[in-house]
Amino acid sequence: MNPIYMDNNATTRVAPEVLEEMLPYFSDLYGNPSSMHTFGGNVGSTLKKARENVAGLLGALPEEILFTSCGTESDSTAIHAALRSNPEKKHIITTRVEHPAVKNLGEYLANNGYRVTFVPVDRDGRLDEDFLYKSLSDDTALVSVMWANNETGTIFPVEKIARKVREWGIVFHTDAVQVVGKIPMNLADSAIDMFSLSGHKLHAPKGIGVLYVRKGTKFAPFLMGGHQEGGRRAGTENTASIIGMGRAARLVVDSMEDENTRVRALRDKLEKELLKRIPASMVNGDPENRLPNTTSIAFEYVEGEAILLLMDQHGICASSGSACTSGSLEPSHVLRAMGVPFTAAHGTIRYSLSIYNTEEEVDFVIEKMPPIIERLRRMSPFWKEGQIS
Amino acid sequence: MWEYTDQVKDHFLNPRNVGFIDDYDGIGEVGSLACGDALKLTFKLGDDQRIADARFQTFGCASAIASSSALTEMVKGLTLDEASDVTNEDIADFLGGLPKEKMHCSVMGRDAMEKAISFYRGEAETKIEGEIVCECFGVTDVQIERAVTENGLTSIEEVTDYVKAGGGCENCHDRIQFIIDSVLGNTPKAAKRPEALTNIQKIKMIDATLDREIKPALNQDGGDIELVDVDGNRVMVKLRGTCASCSKSQVTLKHYVETRLKELVSQDLVVEEV
Ligand SMILES: Cc1ncc(COP(=O)(O)O)c(C=O)c1O
Repeated sequence: MNPIYMDNNATTRVAPEVLEEMLPYFSDLYGNPSSMHTFGGNVGSTLKKARENVAGLLGALPEEILFTSCGTESDSTAIHAALRSNPEKKHIITTRVEHPAVKNLGEYLANNGYRVTFVPVDRDGRLDEDFLYKSLSDDTALVSVMWANNETGTIFPVEKIARKVREWGIVFHTDAVQVVGKIPMNLADSAIDMFSLSGHKLHAPKGIGVLYVRKGTKFAPFLMGGHQEGGRRAGTENTASIIGMGRAARLVVDSMEDENTRVRALRDKLEKELLKRIPASMVNGDPENRLPNTTSIAFEYVEGEAILLLMDQHGICASSGSACTSGSLEPSHVLRAMGVPFTAAHGTIRYSLSIYNTEEEVDFVIEKMPPIIERLRRMSPFWKEGQIS
Repeated sequence: MWEYTDQVKDHFLNPRNVGFIDDYDGIGEVGSLACGDALKLTFKLGDDQRIADARFQTFGCASAIASSSALTEMVKGLTLDEASDVTNEDIADFLGGLPKEKMHCSVMGRDAMEKAISFYRGEAETKIEGEIVCECFGVTDVQIERAVTENGLTSIEEVTDYVKAGGGCENCHDRIQFIIDSVLGNTPKAAKRPEALTNIQKIKMIDATLDREIKPALNQDGGDIELVDVDGNRVMVKLRGTCASCSKSQVTLKHYVETRLKELVSQDLVVEEV
C-alpha cells in the first residue's frame, strides 16, 4: 500500500528531479571540490551553482550561504556564533514554542551562565511581541524567533521583530525551516541577520542544512578545521546533498505558486470537512497567519497515539501533539504554551501536506477520519453520546 | 513508532469487553484527562462469587487500551482474592511485554481493579493514601514507594515509566530519589552527579565512597576492602578478612561494591578483585 503522506512538516519526499541530479556525485563524479585537479574542480563549479540557486531562492548573496549538515546544526551554529562574537553579553531572547533545536539549546544555556527569556504566545499561538520588545536590553546578545511553527503552522512577524531588534544593534536569527518554499522571501531587503533552513523539508534529502549569515554579521565557526565554506564551517562538503539542495531550491521557486493555491485549497478542504463531520473538534493556531500546508486539529476526549495507529491501518501518515508518541508524558510544549486545554491537546493531529498530495487523498482522509474518532470516543469514559463541548 | 507486540496490537485493534455494566458490583476509576489516560472498570460477580463479567472504558494510547482489554480478559472467572493478586507485571506479561515507557498503562489497570474490589467490599480507598509528591500527575509517596518495591525500580526515569511521577515539571525529582533511596536502604545523596569525571576526580570519589559507604558495612561483617588501582573504568580492589575467604566474595563484590560505586560515582565502573 502506498502511504497517504500528510506528514510533510516532519520530512518530505526527495523530488525525482533532485535525486536524478544527485546520483552522479555518488558514482562517477566523486572528486573533492577542493582538489587542484580538474576532476575535483569540476565538482567545485557545480557546488558554486548550487550555492547560487539557494541564494537566489532566499534573495541572498552566494557568499552569505553556508551549507551545514541539518537544520539543527544551522540553529546551533547561529546561536553559538552570536554568543561567541558578543562575549560580554549574557542574555538571549527566544520563544516558548521553538523547535527543540533551539529550545533545548536555550535551556542548556540557561543552565550554563546565560539569562534566557522565553517569550510567551497567546491561545492562538500568536507571539507576545510587546513582551519581547520589553525584554530587550544592552546585555542581549541574540534574539532567535522561529518564522513558522512546525506543529501549528503559525507564522510569526519576524521581519517586523527583526527591524525592532536591529535598532538595538542586537543580532536576529530565525529558524525558517518550515517556511522556505512555502512563502516568498527576499533577505536582501530584510533586517534578519541569520536564517536556518533544512533540506529535507523542501524535497531535498535529509542531512543537508543551510545557514544564511548576512554579510557583515560577526561570526565564529561552530565546526573548526579546514577552509571549507570560507572557513566558517569546516569539513569536506556533502557534495551530492548540496547539489540536491541547489536543485530543490530551483524547484520550490516554481512550486510556490502551487503550494499557495492548490495545496492551500486542499488543506482548507480537509480542515473544513473534518471540523464539519467530527463533533468537538477544533483548529489549533492562528487561522490567519498560517503556512498553506498545515492544519493542527484537536479531537477532544481521545488520545493522539491511538488515533495515529488507527490512521496507520489505512496507510495515512500524520503526527500528533500528544505526549504518548514521544515518550514524554505531557502534551507538546507548543500546545501547552498556547494553553490548549488538556482535553484537546492529547487528541491533536497535525496534517501537513505537500505538492505531491492529491484531492483523492484528501477525500480518502476525510472519509476515514470520522469513524476512527468515533470508535475511540465510544471507548472513552469521558465521551457521552451526542456530546458537543 | 512504538515497538508493540502482536498481542498489544491485537488488543488495541480488537479490544475485548469494551463497555460499562449498568448493574455493576464493583467500579474503579483511575487517571484523568489531564494525565493523558484514564480507565473506568466495572465488574459483575456470578453466583459462584467469581467475576462473571468485566468491562472497561479507556481514554489513552494504544497500550492503555490494550492493557485494559487484557486486564478484563485476565480477571474473568477469578475470585476477588485471585483478581487482587494480579500485578501490573502480569498484565504486561499477558501482552507479551510493554515498552518500558508504557509500563504505567499496566499499573493503571492494576489500580483500577484494586479500586473496584475495594468498592465492592465497601472499603475506604486505602491504597491511594499518602502525600502528593508529583503535582503534575497527582502521584503520592505511597504509590511511588509501592511501584519501587514491587518492580525493583532504581532510577527516577523508571519511576516515571511506571507511575508517571516526575514526568512533568521535574520539581519532585529530589523527593522521588529520596523515596528510591529509602526503599533501597541507601543514605540519600545529592540527586545529580557531574556527568563526566576526570580520572583524578574519579579516583578520589571512589576512594571516598569506599571509606564512607562500603568499608563500614564490610567491617561489620569482619571484612575489609582496599583500593589497589583505577584504570579507566576498571576499579581494582583487594578484599581482606572474612570477605576474602567467604565463598560469596564474588557476589559481594559484584552485587554490593559495584552497585554502590555505580550509583555513587559513575554508571560505567566495573569492579575486579586482584
Ligand atoms: C522548525 C524546525 N527547526 C528545526 C528542525 C530541525 O531540522 P533538522 O531535522 O534538519 O535538523 C525542524 C525539523 O523537524 C523544524 O521543524
